[in-house]
This record gives sequence, C-alpha cells and structure tokens, in this order.
Amino acid sequence: MTVYLLKRLAIALITLVLASMVVFAVLEIIPGDPARLMLGLNASADQVELLRNQMGLNAPLALRYLHWAGGLLSLDFGRSYTYSVPVIDLVRERVVVSLPLALIALALSTIIAIPVGLFSAGRHGRAGDTIAMGAAQLGVAVPNFWFALMLIYLFAVWLRLVPSGGFPGWSAGVWPALKSLILPAIALALPQAAILARVTRSALIEVLNEDYIRTARAKGLPFRAVLWRHALRNAMIPVLTILGLQFAFLLAGTIIIENVFYLPGLGRLVFQAITQRDLIVVESVVMLLVAAVIAVNLLVDLSYAVVDPRLRSRQ
Amino acid sequence: MSLLEIQRLSLSIGDTPILRDVELSVAPSEVMGLVGESGSGKSITALTVMRLLPWAARATGRVVFDGIDILAASEDQMCALRGDDIGMVFQEPMTALNPVKTIGEQVAEGIRWHTRASRADAEDRARKMLDRVGLPSAKFPLSRYPHELSGGQRQRVVIAIACALKPKLLIADEPTTALDVVLQAQILDLLRDLVAENRMGLLLISHDLAVVTEMADRITILRHGEVMEAGDTARTLSEQLHPYTRQLAQASMHVPARARAHEVGQDNPQLQAANPLLQVAKPLLQVESLTRDYPGRRKSLLKRAAPIRAVVDVSFSIDPGQSVALVGRSGCGKSTLARMVLALDGPTSGTIRFRDQVITGKSEAELKPARRDMQVVFQDPYGSFDPRQKVEKLVAEPLHVLGKKPTNAERREMVAKALHEVGLSPRDMDKYPHEFSGGQRQRLSIARAIITRPKLVVADEPVSALDVSIRAQILDLFAELNQKLGVAYLFITHDLTVARAITDQVMVMHDGKIVERGRTSDVLDHPQSEPAKALVTAAPDLHRAIARRLQEQG
Repeated sequence: MTVYLLKRLAIALITLVLASMVVFAVLEIIPGDPARLMLGLNASADQVELLRNQMGLNAPLALRYLHWAGGLLSLDFGRSYTYSVPVIDLVRERVVVSLPLALIALALSTIIAIPVGLFSAGRHGRAGDTIAMGAAQLGVAVPNFWFALMLIYLFAVWLRLVPSGGFPGWSAGVWPALKSLILPAIALALPQAAILARVTRSALIEVLNEDYIRTARAKGLPFRAVLWRHALRNAMIPVLTILGLQFAFLLAGTIIIENVFYLPGLGRLVFQAITQRDLIVVESVVMLLVAAVIAVNLLVDLSYAVVDPRLRSRQ
Repeated sequence: MSLLEIQRLSLSIGDTPILRDVELSVAPSEVMGLVGESGSGKSITALTVMRLLPWAARATGRVVFDGIDILAASEDQMCALRGDDIGMVFQEPMTALNPVKTIGEQVAEGIRWHTRASRADAEDRARKMLDRVGLPSAKFPLSRYPHELSGGQRQRVVIAIACALKPKLLIADEPTTALDVVLQAQILDLLRDLVAENRMGLLLISHDLAVVTEMADRITILRHGEVMEAGDTARTLSEQLHPYTRQLAQASMHVPARARAHEVGQDNPQLQAANPLLQVAKPLLQVESLTRDYPGRRKSLLKRAAPIRAVVDVSFSIDPGQSVALVGRSGCGKSTLARMVLALDGPTSGTIRFRDQVITGKSEAELKPARRDMQVVFQDPYGSFDPRQKVEKLVAEPLHVLGKKPTNAERREMVAKALHEVGLSPRDMDKYPHEFSGGQRQRLSIARAIITRPKLVVADEPVSALDVSIRAQILDLFAELNQKLGVAYLFITHDLTVARAITDQVMVMHDGKIVERGRTSDVLDHPQSEPAKALVTAAPDLHRAIARRLQEQG
C-alpha cells in the first residue's frame, strides 16, 4: 500500500514540474510584450526597457523560470500587470466562487447519476431503462447555456426564488451566496450527471454478469440488495475516473455558465487576463488549475485502492 | 420422502427448447449425480431449482422442494430458501467471490441476512464454518480477500458460504472441474463429509463420469435436455443398458490405438542396435538445467523480495516422434516450462536445444526456423481464434515463419491438406470459427499447429475443455498424427487418463522440479515419488469407482 501511495505521489510531483515548464514556455513563446502593454502606446523605448528590467523580463529564461516557480511554491504569484495588485488576491476572490460552485455541481451530478445508473442497470433492456437512458441522452445533448437560460426564466424571472445572476459575496451571508450559486450549479451538473449515469449503468451491467453476483444471489439476497452491496462497489472504478475528469472540467471550464450568470469565477479571470495580455495572471491561474487537476487525479488513484483491495497489495 | 422432486420439467429460453420432461429427485442425505455433456441442460436444471434463470426462460412442470412449489413460489419465498435451505456451489472458484469484500464478510453476509444475527455472532459462525471447510484462522483470518487465496481455497470459501446455514439441499455445479486432481479429491471428500454430518441432500452436477461414480448413490444421465437413464449408480454403469450410457462410459475410458514402435526401440538396446532407423534418433529437444525465477512481491521498500522460483534446474530430452506427458498440480511450473520450450519466455539460466540449435537467448529472426518446427495447441478452442477471420487465414497463420512466402494458391492447397488431415472438409476453409462446435474448433487449432509440418507440438491441456466423446475423438486424432507425421508431443495435463491414453513417457513436476520420469504405464501404475503417488491416488478412475461401488453393495 505504501509503495502504491509513494509511487502515485512521485508521479504527481513529476507531472506538476513538467506542466509548469510547459505553461511557462508556451507563454514565453506567444507574442506580445507585457511591459509595452502596461505603459500604453505612447511610452518611449527607454521607459519600456526600464520597466522590463524592473519586471525582470530581461533575465535569462532559466533564471526567470526558477524565480517564477520558486514564487509559486511560497504562494507569491507576483503582481498583475493590468490591475497592479498581487495575483494571489485576484485568485483568492475568484476561488471562493469557483470552488464551491464546482463542488456543488459535482455533488448534484453524483446524487442524480448514481441512483439513475442503478435504476437503469437493474432494469436493463426494459422500459424504465430505455426511458432513463433516453433522458440521459437528452441531458448530454442540450447545451448548458440554453438550459441555464431556461432555469433563469423559470426560477428567477417567473418564480422569483433566486437571483438571476451576480454574486453578493460570502460576506453577505452564506444563504444569499449559496442561493446565487444554485442555478449555475444545476446548469453545470445536468450534462455531467447524464454522462455519469450512462457510465454507471454500463459499468454496473458489466459487473452484473460476473460470477460473484450469482454467488450473492444464491445466498438469498434479493436483487436490489445485490445491486447495492455487491455490484455498485465493483462498478466504482470507471465512475471515479469520470468523476475526477468532471471535477477538473467544472473547476476550469465553466466560463460560459459564469458569463450567463455574471459570476466572478476563475474562468472569467483567465479569459480577461488573456485578452489583456496579463501573462502573469494567466500563468498563475493555469498553474493553479493544473495543480488542482493533478491533486484530483491523485485522489482518484488513491480512491481506486480504497475501492479495490487488489490494488492495495499489488502495488 | 424426497427432499427435491422434479417432475416433467420443460424449459425454453425464447423459442429455444432447453429441457424436456426432466424427472429427478433427491432424498435427504443422498447424493444424486447429474451427468451430461456440455449443453445437455445440467446447469439450467440446477438454476431452475434455485430460480436463478435468465430473464427470458419459461419453465413448466413441477419442482417441489420440501413441500414448496418452486416454480410457483414468490421471489420473497425464494430469497428465504436460497442460501438457507438450498445452498449452491459453482464451477469457477476464481471468479465466484466478490473481489472487493473479505472472505469473512462474504460468509457472514448470508448468515446475517437469514438469521438476523448480530455482526459479531455472524462472524463467529462464519469463523467456525471456515474452520470446518479447512481454512483455519491462523492462516485464513476473516479479513483475507479472495485474491489472496488459491483456487482450491476459494472453492472452500464458496462451500462455506453455501453450507453456512446447514442447508437441506446442496447443489454443486461442476465444483471441481477447474481444480487439479489432488484438490478435486480434497473438495469431494469435504462435500461427502458435509452430506454425512448434516443429512444434507447433494445434487452433484458433472461431466466427469468417474467423479460422479465415486460420489453419487444414484445418477441421472441427461442429453439434449432429456433424461436418458436414471437409477442406482453402480448398476446403471455396470450394466450400461442404455446405448448413450454405454457411449459415455466408453468414451471416458477411451485409449487410442497406437503402435508403440518408438518405445520398443528405446527400451530394448539390442533392438535399437539392430534397427538402424531407430538408432539415428538424436534428441529432438534437449533441456539443460533450466531455471526460471520471477521477481517476488516486495514486502518493504528497503528489502528486495526473494524471487519466486517457478522452474528449478529442469533437464530432460524428447526424441523425434516421442510423445511425452508433463503432469503436475496447478501452479507446479508446467506452463512456465512449456512457454520456455516454445521460446515465448526466456529462462533465468539454463539452455534449450531444439534440433541441435540453442534457442535460448536468440532474437525473433534467429528463432524463425525453430518456430516452423515447433507449434502449439492451447486448451481453450473458443478463446484462441479471432472471431472475425476466416478459417483459411486462421489456419494459415503460422505460414509466415516459412522461409519462402507461399502463393495464394499454394496457401489454399496447404490449408486444405491440413484440414483434411484433422478430419475436416477443405470446404470449411471459408467459414468463420463460430460456425464450428468446440471439438471441431480444437481440430482447427490442431490443423493450424501441423500446417508447417512441425517436428514438435506442445499441447497445453488440449482436451480438458472438451466433452468425453469429443475428447476421445481428439485423442484419436493426436495419436493418428503422431503415427502419420512422426510429430513428437509434449502434452501438458493434470489429467492422468489423457497421459495414459496417448503418451510413451511421463514426467511428473512438483514445485518447479521434475521429480519423476519414466514409461507412462510404469509411472502411473507404480509411482515412486510422493507427488506422483498423490496424483495417481487422487485421479478419479471409472473402472475402480464402479468396482468399489459394486463391492460395497455386495
């Protein structure tokens, strides 16, 4: 078990270092001089050169990488070129929106998908299964921004239960803040739930053909108990894999939904930073997301070992 | 009074009839043997009693267990019966246990479910049951997972699950087919003891007539979903009144006719000297102090694990045209040895010489000539063919090792010849594998093996997946090809009847070493080493079993 754990940890660290190199290199290559951008079109060449020196842009590449990476480790991401505030402050503001949103969406998706998957697999090939999987197909096909607009129309405009957009901040109280995250979370969760339900169902159907399911039935367990006690845990590996991928997507890939609901999330921060050539913000946020994705993958790998004892002993 | 009474049971799945008017009964503390070839409906009969049939199955007739009409019972009633009054043991122990639950959980689960016992009580009973089936707590705590156990140990766990609540009826569907003979004998002993202890009825399902004869008081013989004959085991099998019973019994004891020229020459130096043809026999295959280690499982980060020694210092040789059996219990290293002979795996040390060429440590290109003269037949005729390719292509597969690529016409000619030699029609060339039965498919794999005119064929359990009558035919085919083509065999098997039927010499392997080698009849009739004795004693033998039954009954 310890060997398995250490191996995974080592792989995660190596991936993180390689990813940081790639992120740094790519942003070095793309055109656009941040110093010139900050000073505007009228700045003289001397002024630009001065700022470049101040910002350390003239130092050798390797040195700048080490400086940047060292900063990341101490959570010093540098200052934003456009806003002239520490990047960490910008990121902190946005993470408190994006992270809860992603977590709520993920929880919703799981709560919907697993029971639907169990229901469908238990009725494999019968009417209930067909209907549930038809609905799931629809869930995958419907664009989430359109679905988001329908939700706004129904719950915000018509029923007036929740705000139609914006984020009051956690300082306004937990409930108002949560209220403004509910609709975007639903809009994000639905397509994810549809995918996850299909994965759960097919994993379960495969497991239900295994010999040990027959053994469990021969013990006298009713089918439903067999499904929950024996089939579900064995079907968890593909489900966990998809969950890990979905969390990464929900954390970073929510820009459309953030725009629809006018939420100040990470996605919008990156988008704005890119349009403004605010390279340091882009680098920092991308690195943060990379780290989050790697951490989630590590978590998924470890959860495999929790689910399947064979992975624990086999390294 | 019968415990289980099946009357006029007919069953169909969709439009396909599976069973017709099956009659069968089991009394308390009686062992009923249900015998038949694959597809005869044995397993479906068992699953009907458990009411664990496929969704589309429709059954008519009467199945009464202990006064309960099974076919009419509600699902709740069935759940109450299953695992409590009726236990079931399945064929494949490797997959019959849930891999993510401990053996303790799995044995205790049924106990808790049926008796509403507390977790501690249920675990206590599970512990006692595991002790009873021969898994003592010192080596097999409840916290063990299935993957930490061997096949035989897993089958004991399955038996513990099935017998945990002392069922009135135990259904065992081919409980020992996947195990080697020594384990088989142990498991059968265990089942016999459980029957005696609890006055339990046992419905033992098997394709192996010898196993059933050793175990069952009465037998029912099933064919194509119909009962051919039923009655007292000893009488039924000694009288063999029904033609199908006779056919089954004969096929189980079948020995192909072989002229044993090779053996005569070897055993008689004078004859060998007199016959120059026999004298040229330089060994075809020479294995010298072959060893294969696998890296062991690491227990700590700091210490290197001790290697697992699969094959240890093995030396032997096979002469041209000689047929040699390699027998041993599962896990003794026989398949590893075979893989090295076929140059599919490299040894840790030692050399293999084939036709006087060293083949160990050679590149694929250098191995080509050796590959042409050495082919293989695997156990599973279903798994060893790509279902999307035609027979012509499948059988022609080994031809790429020939020095010169044959033209299309030549290739078809060669495939046709090979098919003819294994008793198939050259017209079968354009069919797909699924159009053949299991026995025919094994003929196809033999055709594939002989198409390059090899000097040596390694056959890994080539008949153990086949029914007895088909098995007899395939053994005949092996014998015939041995005579006609002069091909030598290395037969890997745990089935001594196969070894006896078709080989000149037997090598007994145990813990990676060859512990005994000699003439087949000598080794099997008078084994010297302990492992050989264990194999011979454990092997079920139809003659012996019938004789013993008759003797017991006077």
